[in-house]
Parts: sequence; C-alpha cells; structure tokens
Amino acid sequence: MKDKILDALKISKYFHDPATVKVIKEISFSVMKGEFVSIIGKSGCGKSTLLYILSTMDTSYEGELFLDGQSMKNRIESDLAKVRNEKIGFVFQFHYLLNEFSVLKNVMLPGLKLAKFTDKEVEQRAYDKLKILGIQSEALKYPNQLSGGEKQRVAIARSLINDPLIIMGDEPTGNLDKKNSEVVFHIFQELAQEFNQSLLIVTHDNEFAQKTNRIIEMEDGRIIRM
Amino acid sequence: MKLKLITDVSRSFLIARWKQTLVAAIGVTFSITMFIALLSFMAGLNDLLDGLILNRTAHIRLYNEIKPSKLQPVDLSEIYKGYYNFVNSIKPKNEKAAIYNTGAIINTLNKDSRVLGIAPKITAQVFFNVGAIDLTGVINGIDAEAENLFFKFSDYVISGNYMDLKNIPNSIIMGKGAAEKMLANIGDVIQVTTARGDRIQLKVVGYFQSGIRDIDNIQSYASISTTQKLLGESDGYITDIQVKLKDILLAPALAKQYSRLFDVDATDIQTANAQYETGSFVRTLISYAVGITLLIVAGFGIYNILNMMIYEKMDSIAILKATGFSGKDVHRIFLTIALSIGIFGGLLGLLLGFGLSAIIDQIPFVTASLPTIKTYPVDYNPAFYVIGGIFSIATTYMAGFFPSRKASKIDPVIIIRGK
Ligand SMILES: Nc1ncnc2c1ncn2[C@@H]1O[C@H](COP(=O)(O)OP(=O)(O)O)[C@@H](O)[C@H]1O
Ligand SMILES: [Mg+2]
Repeated sequence: MKDKILDALKISKYFHDPATVKVIKEISFSVMKGEFVSIIGKSGCGKSTLLYILSTMDTSYEGELFLDGQSMKNRIESDLAKVRNEKIGFVFQFHYLLNEFSVLKNVMLPGLKLAKFTDKEVEQRAYDKLKILGIQSEALKYPNQLSGGEKQRVAIARSLINDPLIIMGDEPTGNLDKKNSEVVFHIFQELAQEFNQSLLIVTHDNEFAQKTNRIIEMEDGRIIRM
Repeated sequence: MKLKLITDVSRSFLIARWKQTLVAAIGVTFSITMFIALLSFMAGLNDLLDGLILNRTAHIRLYNEIKPSKLQPVDLSEIYKGYYNFVNSIKPKNEKAAIYNTGAIINTLNKDSRVLGIAPKITAQVFFNVGAIDLTGVINGIDAEAENLFFKFSDYVISGNYMDLKNIPNSIIMGKGAAEKMLANIGDVIQVTTARGDRIQLKVVGYFQSGIRDIDNIQSYASISTTQKLLGESDGYITDIQVKLKDILLAPALAKQYSRLFDVDATDIQTANAQYETGSFVRTLISYAVGITLLIVAGFGIYNILNMMIYEKMDSIAILKATGFSGKDVHRIFLTIALSIGIFGGLLGLLLGFGLSAIIDQIPFVTASLPTIKTYPVDYNPAFYVIGGIFSIATTYMAGFFPSRKASKIDPVIIIRGK
C-alpha cells in the first residue's frame, strides 16, 4: 500500500574490542512513508548501534540496508554523506549544535551543503522550520544562549531543513525534563500527522513510545516485538 | 560543493579561535619578513662585492700571451711522432705582447650585435721614482670615455676628473696607495721609468681607489697615447681589447670563438673570476637556508595550532559529517584555515620584509675602500618576494595537510557515542 522508505535485511554487527561480540543479530524490519516508529529496549541492547547503521554513519555491518529503494552497501564515503544530507535528518540526545554559528546558520548549514536552493531561499526555509518549532524569535541568538529544550528544537529544525525522507532520533528527549520532552514529542507527532513525515525514534521512555504508531522492542541485539 | 560554504565555515572556526590563529599568522609573518630582509641584504652585499670585481672586468679580454712555441722541432720529426717528447729547445721568441691588426679586430667586434661595447687597453710595467727608490707599478693606458661607459671608471676616481686623462697631455690618475707612498698631490709632476729604461714625466690629475688595496698600490691610469709614447710604441699598439657583452652568459662561448677567429688569447669573466661566483653562491645558499628554516619553524606552529583546533572541534566535525558534509569537505575546511593563515601571514610578511629592507637601506655604511657606497646595500629583487610568497603558501599547505586529513578521517559515530 504505502512506500517502503527504509528496509533493513538481516543486519548484524560485531564489535571486536575487547572480544568479538555480536551486538546486532540479524535484524530485519521496514519503515513506511509517514510512519512514526519508536525503538525501545534496555540500555546496552544495541539501539544506538542499530541507529548509526541505519543512518549510514556506521558502514561496518553485515546484511542489507535500503533507503528509498537504494542499497547502501558498498557506497563510497562521499556518497553516503550525500544521502545523509539529502534524505536523513538526525537528532541526537545531546544537542550538538555548532557554537560558532547562530541558530539560523546552524539550521541552514545542511541546506547550504545540499545547494538545492539559493542561499536566500535556504534562509527563508530555515525561518519556516524554526517557526514550526516555535523558536523563530531565537534565530539570531547563539546556541549557548539557549535552554536545553530550545536547543533540541533547533536540532529538530536543522534535521528538517532538506525535507528528509526520514528523521532518526537517538533518545532525543533523554536529556530533557518532563515538560520539554512532551513539547518535543508533540512536535514529532505534528510532523508525522500534518507533514506525513516518517520518524524512527529510539527512546527508553515507555510513555513516549506508547503514543507512537508502532513500537519495535529490542533485547540483546534482537527484535523481540514489532 | 560550493567554495563559499567552505570558506564560510572556515572563517567561523578561525574567528572562534582568533588568538591562536593570530599567533600562527605572526609566526609566518616573522619568518617571511626575515626571509625577505635577509635575502635582500645578502643579495645587495653580493652585488656590491661582485661589483668590486665584475663591474670593472671585461666580459671577454683579448690579449696576446707570451708563450713557448707549441710545436718543438722534435714534434715535427716523423720518427718521434708517436712518442711523448721532453726536449724543449725553442724558447719564447722576442715577441711583443701586442695584439696584431687591432684596427680590424675592433671593427669586427663593433659590428657584432652581441657586443655592447669595447675598450682598448695597454698595460705597461713601470717604476715610479720616489727620491732614491723605485716603486714598481703598472700604468694602464685607457680610452677614458669607453672605460667609463663600460667599466664605471669615474666611480673609482675619487679626486680629479677622469676626462682630464684625455684633455691634459702626459697626465696620470694614480692609485691612492701608490700616490700616498709617493706623496704625490694633484697637480704634481712625477717621474716614471719604463721597463726599457726610458724616463718620462707625468702630471698627476686625480686619484683612483678601487677598494682593493693590492690594486690601489700598483695600478695607475693614463691615456692610450700617453702610454704608447711611454713605451715608445706606434699608434696601433694595443695589448688588451676588453669586450663588454649584452649577455654576460655568452662570454665563455664567445671567448672561444674570438680566440679562434682573431688568433689571440681570450679569457671570459666566468673563468677568470670563478671564486667570486662561489662566494656569492655560498652566501645566497646560507640566506635561503636560514629563511627556509624560519619558515619550517612557522610551519610547525601552524601544524600545532591546527591539531589543537581539530581536537577542540571534534564535536563540530562530527555534526558536520552527520549532517552530510563529506570527509573531503572537512579536509578542505581545515586546509582553507591553514592557507588563510599562510596567505595573511605571508602577505604581511612580504610588506614588513620590504619595510625592513628599506630601513636597512637607510643605515649608513661608510668605508674608505668603497667610495660609492653610503648606506648598506639592499637588492629589491622581486624574485625574493615571489619565492617568499610561494614558500609561505607551500609551508602552510604542508603544515595544514596532515591535520586536515586527520580531521577528515574523524568517525562521527565514535564522537557521538562518546558523549
Ligand atoms: N565501540 C564499541 N566497542 C565495543 N563494544 C561496544 C562499542 N560500542 C558499544 N558497544 C557495546 O555494544 C552494546 C550496544 O551498545 P548501544 O548500541 O550503545 O546500546 P543502547 O544504545 O541500546 O544502550 C553494548 O553492550 C555496548 O557495551
Ligand atoms: Mg544508546
């Protein structure tokens, strides 16, 4: 019925230091267009590791990964960088903004890199994204002048700048208080419902997960429920 | 990938760490300044020292050397043809040191387009009579005008007018050292004895000082006709023809050619003054070595600062990569930072180097042996600035290359996980 935008086929990963350990064990699942999926599981079960593979940042894995129908196997580094730039919006647990740049410039950077629009247009789009997140008034401030919740919203605005295929988040609310977590959740929900945005969010917050379209539960490198 | 974005990101990183950047740039500036000043000064000094000899030396000197016959009678014998013969029975004959057929040679040379000009010369061994003793000396018979035109004669005539040689009959410009020994003042008449025993009186019209004591003690100058008269020779008598070429580098080849063509001996300036070239070469080499050492030290400064910057900017690099910047982009960002430091520091260094050279150029440097020099010599050769500029960019590029590569290889996963 809907388009499969992310397809993982028997993905496995080993760590060799200090001893060889298989942390991801033949994981297969897919994400459809407009789906809001959460991944839960105990600390250390391999959620982050899986997400780094799915976001193309980690390339040493076994199995197949398809994004937008294209295999991500055996692609060169600059190719994968382009995929991340164009198709994936990433939100980290920590805010990871560039302190050298204004909020607006932080949001603009991936757009300037993609260069699909002129610099002026990218700036306008960045303002629009900041507006969606309700922080356009902070556009000209610098990251260190913002609160934790505001920073995370800037990071979400940044992940949206190139209209990505999918937004991935690694415990994006893990470092926020209850109130801010709810704000961020509502933003994600709004993106999924109003903009048909696909989301794949790792969380250890069960309450958060219950409200998503689908929960994938992991344990010890395997999916035990989805 | 757009260059503007790269420079934009580089600039932001630079500004965030402007103090360290400034220190790195000052390192480059300092070394380029010293490089330029040192080379300009050394080259100035080289030109000065070379000029002492080279300005006054003909590019090619044609003369007739007194030498034994090349073919001894035994060499002509059929029987001993294949042997190495030791019998040298024929000694040099009573030949004159004059060049034959000077008129024709001078005509031919004047027509040669590679020749800038020629100055004929006669050297005569004489004794200067001072009271009871005789001082040995050499009188050079010269064409005052040609000698000045091609060999800057007037630079070395420290009192009197060099043209008096031509205008006043039986006049002499004495070497300063010789004149001092003889207590000969300008206007005095001195007496010389020629090698053949003739005595002649000459009027001192000036002093000559080359800066080389051995020359000033012995050499004096008179006109060609005075010298011919002194030697009791006729009008065409010339012992040397000095040739100045348009291109000094042609001298060795042309010397051989003229030697064959005119059947005379010919020496070129390169062969005659090889030791000066060696001296200049070593001085230049030392200047370059010092300059390049300074630059390498500055390069290490840049290397350190870039490494530190990359260490501090790990998080930023990880975010850039996570959001779609490739390793190549990151590499270019940090190379741009290094090159900006190099270009900015280098340009400032070139300017300050020029300034420092100009200051050196103003420092008084008065020495009795160098009458024309009033301040330290400086050579404002544009080549030094080009080399300095290229070196500053090359060093910073190399200093920036490895840190930049390191930055480009940073694995974002490791950084992000490490938080
Ligand atoms: N670089 C590494 N080398 C070795 N083991 C690692 C490395 N990174 C993570 N691990 C291990 O892999 C497992 C999964 O880690 P992770 O994906 O971070 O779990 P989660 O995000 O679910 O808490 C853990 O047992 C962790 O100790
Ligand atoms: Mg984790």
